[in-house]
Amino acid sequence: MDLTTFLIQTLNGVQYGFLLFLVASGLTLIFGIMGIINLAHGAFYMLGAYIVYWLMGYTDNLLIAVLVGLPIMLAVGYLIERFAISYLYDRDHLYQVLLTYGLILIFNELQKIFWGTDFYSVPVPSVLGGSVTLTETQVYPVYRLFISLICMTIAAGMYVLIGRTRLGMMIRAGASNREMAQVLGINIGRVFAIVFSLGAALAAFAGMVGAPISSVYPGMGDQILIISFVVVVIGGIGSIKGAFVGAMLIGLADTFGQVLLPDFASVVVYAVMALVLLWRPQGLFGKA
Amino acid sequence: MSLKAPVTFFLLIAVAGLAVFPHFSDEFYLEFFTHLMVMGIFAMSLDLLIGYTGLVSFGHAAFFGLAGYLLAIVTPQDEAVALWLSLPVCLGGVALAALVIGWFSVRTAGIYFIMITLAFAQMLFYYFNENEALGGSDGIFIFSKPFVGFGDWQIIDLANPTTVYYFVLASLVACYLLLTVMLRAPFGQVIQAIRANEHRTRALGYDTQRYKLVAFVIAGTMAGFAGYLEAVSTGIVSPGHLHWHNSGLVMMHVILGGMGTLYGPILGAFILGLLHDQVQEVTEHWHLVQGVFVIFVVLFLPRGIAGLVGRLFGRARDLDTEENRVAVDDEHKVGAEPNGERTK
Amino acid sequence: MTKKSESSRRHFIAGAAATAGLAAAGSFVPTRFAIGAAAPVKVGILLPYSGTYAMLGNSITNALKMRIDQAGGKLGGRAVEYVALDSEMSVPKAPTNTNKLIKKEKVDFLVGPVHSGIAAAMAKIVGPRNAPIMIVPNAGHNGITGSLCAPNIFRTSFSNWQPAFPGGKVMADDGHKTCVTIAWKYGAGIQMMAAGKENFEKHGGKVVKDIQVPFPKVEFQAFLSEIASIKPDAVFSFFSGGGAVKFVKDYAAAGLKDSIPLYGPGFLTEGVSKAQGAAAEGIKTTLHYAANLDSDANRKFRADYEKAYGASANVFSVQGFDTGSLLLQAMAAVGGDSGATKDLISVMEGATIADSPRGAWKMSKAHNPIQDIYLRQVKSGENLVLGVAAKKLEDPATGCSMA
Repeated sequence: MDLTTFLIQTLNGVQYGFLLFLVASGLTLIFGIMGIINLAHGAFYMLGAYIVYWLMGYTDNLLIAVLVGLPIMLAVGYLIERFAISYLYDRDHLYQVLLTYGLILIFNELQKIFWGTDFYSVPVPSVLGGSVTLTETQVYPVYRLFISLICMTIAAGMYVLIGRTRLGMMIRAGASNREMAQVLGINIGRVFAIVFSLGAALAAFAGMVGAPISSVYPGMGDQILIISFVVVVIGGIGSIKGAFVGAMLIGLADTFGQVLLPDFASVVVYAVMALVLLWRPQGLFGKA
Repeated sequence: MSLKAPVTFFLLIAVAGLAVFPHFSDEFYLEFFTHLMVMGIFAMSLDLLIGYTGLVSFGHAAFFGLAGYLLAIVTPQDEAVALWLSLPVCLGGVALAALVIGWFSVRTAGIYFIMITLAFAQMLFYYFNENEALGGSDGIFIFSKPFVGFGDWQIIDLANPTTVYYFVLASLVACYLLLTVMLRAPFGQVIQAIRANEHRTRALGYDTQRYKLVAFVIAGTMAGFAGYLEAVSTGIVSPGHLHWHNSGLVMMHVILGGMGTLYGPILGAFILGLLHDQVQEVTEHWHLVQGVFVIFVVLFLPRGIAGLVGRLFGRARDLDTEENRVAVDDEHKVGAEPNGERTK
Repeated sequence: MTKKSESSRRHFIAGAAATAGLAAAGSFVPTRFAIGAAAPVKVGILLPYSGTYAMLGNSITNALKMRIDQAGGKLGGRAVEYVALDSEMSVPKAPTNTNKLIKKEKVDFLVGPVHSGIAAAMAKIVGPRNAPIMIVPNAGHNGITGSLCAPNIFRTSFSNWQPAFPGGKVMADDGHKTCVTIAWKYGAGIQMMAAGKENFEKHGGKVVKDIQVPFPKVEFQAFLSEIASIKPDAVFSFFSGGGAVKFVKDYAAAGLKDSIPLYGPGFLTEGVSKAQGAAAEGIKTTLHYAANLDSDANRKFRADYEKAYGASANVFSVQGFDTGSLLLQAMAAVGGDSGATKDLISVMEGATIADSPRGAWKMSKAHNPIQDIYLRQVKSGENLVLGVAAKKLEDPATGCSMA
């Protein structure tokens, strides 16, 4: 592998890492703060993509579609937390796993009923339709670079939200000790509802901005689910920084694994996760 | 595992019902019930981990599928292999795999345990999925059924669906009794203590890691036994048998059925299977019905279907211990940080 | 089924052929058939109706029903009852689903599946019983009409070898000397790439690298960079469904489309070219069907399908349609006696589907279509035919004892 190829593959790996972080960020939020293993994360991602596809039928502007779609998903997340998940906080976490699994089934079926089983695409916004020349044969789409930019913004935004704002403070208080936070006058129920709807909206947002690249089709949510968990667990649950590092690690390991060890390409990601957990059983940035 | 007499009574009726079932059943339901009983063994083995040891394995299907592949490998295309030979080889292979995977996995706890078992299962899945010599993504046939007998004298004919049915029923009962006895023995008491509070158990001087590993190997081997039976009855094994969907399905049987009861997971396998069987014919939106059913049980039947059975037949002690278990769970949050339960 | 009733049935067939009118009058119709005529023919269908491949299941089912409805909704004079189950693309669930159709529903014909592993599981159950007759409307695994072939298993679609093999020659004819193959690392991908490679190298080309993408991964950037650094003359590729949409779009977005032309079996652009948009324009593929085939049968088929289901017909619906044709033909020949398995088999074995939208084809000895493979190119979102890439192509049926 010459230097140019190496650099290009590194770019691919980092960029894939950004995509993974985008998908996994909402998961680590819900996971770390509420302790809920949200299997419906992939379903929210899929819903986001379909909602954008649907709205693009009315407006040709992706930005408008995303701005209209996000409140919808915030509402969906809020309702699910209020009417289902909130009843399960005192129960074994496996029941939450099962509940969110039930949600996957329902959302997949609703998708089929509303939008059918065809494959759809969402066009790349024309402003971002260009590309950057890498070599004489390969160019790089600007839209992918744009997504990387969005990811960095989100990472920074979440970091600030959790670490620097009043809401973030309440969230952290609720996460470390629910009863104590409650006693101190924080409405924990509301905080958790907000966190869950934020997480759902983040997953949907990933589906929305990713739609021009990934296209829109049935079952798309199931494909990203497992890999998102891998990223979050490697990073350490609840750690935004961890999810970011985990995403980069998996992005690079996957990319170079495919090029250097093609026969083992499919297991590289899982092997990396197993190794990381053997070395640090609580993930890279998880609290021991 | 202290069953009230009425629950035992319910189980005896259920077994008696299964024993006479072939006389009333058509060919389809005979084979379908065989499959459901196999899934019952599979789910029960996972209950040993989830419901008793507190280890939530999300890679249990790996052992189920691995046993099938081992059977396919040891069975030549045109000749039957003795059950006395193929069963120990398959179970031995699965136990070894469970030992290796378990040795790595029990070092982690909570969600990390879930994910590391998933990781190992995914690696095995891809190994078989991409191994063209073993049929790749399409899977592989087991051409002839294992031979049960000595020399030319055949005791049990596994090519006969009714015989297979009773063979599996006997296996189901045997596995249930084996686990029941084991859970009453000191070993079983220790692993249940680990689920309740690993700290204290360790403080009492038990090497909890080793106990968890042994439980993991036993559960894996029993899942392998279920996989062996499934491969024998259907004659086919595929990477799909090891897929995480299958691990998720069996986990659903355990939780919906009622974890920590052994019979609950079997009920879970039967009720979900039969629901699928009925609904599938009425609507193509089976997943919608399944999803609503799952959410309904989670919200309204806190102890799963077994809790309902307990309420109808049992009461009192069985439920009381369940009550305690739920209370204890606060200390054992699967999704939460693995806290200090790890060693070191 | 006793020997005696079988011979009487054969006698009936011979008689029916000679004096069709008399048979209709019922002068020597066997009793069993007279009872059977009242009951509908049961057609069991096992196809995916959920998940990524649901579109295939729906296309096949819709067209199958449309074909039979057009012929009056009857098979050999008997009403038809469909029992369709969602395969969920799951091999572990296949034995139960198949058993349900055969042993509980007692279907007369079994149609399915899309997934080759499910096909194998179905064949495992259906084969030894010699009944019912199973018609595969998609799954392309070479082995189904190769090493696993059986008298009561027919295929109305293709073998993986068929649409891929001519692609190798197309690339060589276009003047390409080197090529990279890229496909998912699973049955269909491996078999199709091998077939394309075989023919490309036979015509003087050289495959410089086989890239195998873990199934069902859809992140292709690393592989695209690899292709860009190898700089082959052409790329030969198989993906389908969501993977096909994304691969073709990513390939174009990486700027490779103009410098390294993309070829492949037609599934790369079939049923998904609208979603692929401009990225698919100009891609040449080979397949046993093209949207604008110039025949009345095809024009009518497309118009009818569009009208009935509000969607464009694709190769999968053609396969479903022809499955219907095969059933109609066979049941008409035996006068609706669905129990006459041996006679049905011999009719199907000799069947020619003359009015197929894909052009006339006939059944091979291994029970796979002998069909023309077309060279197609995507123009304004449609796969348009450029010519015939291989005339009356027959699968080699390696390992089939009947061929």
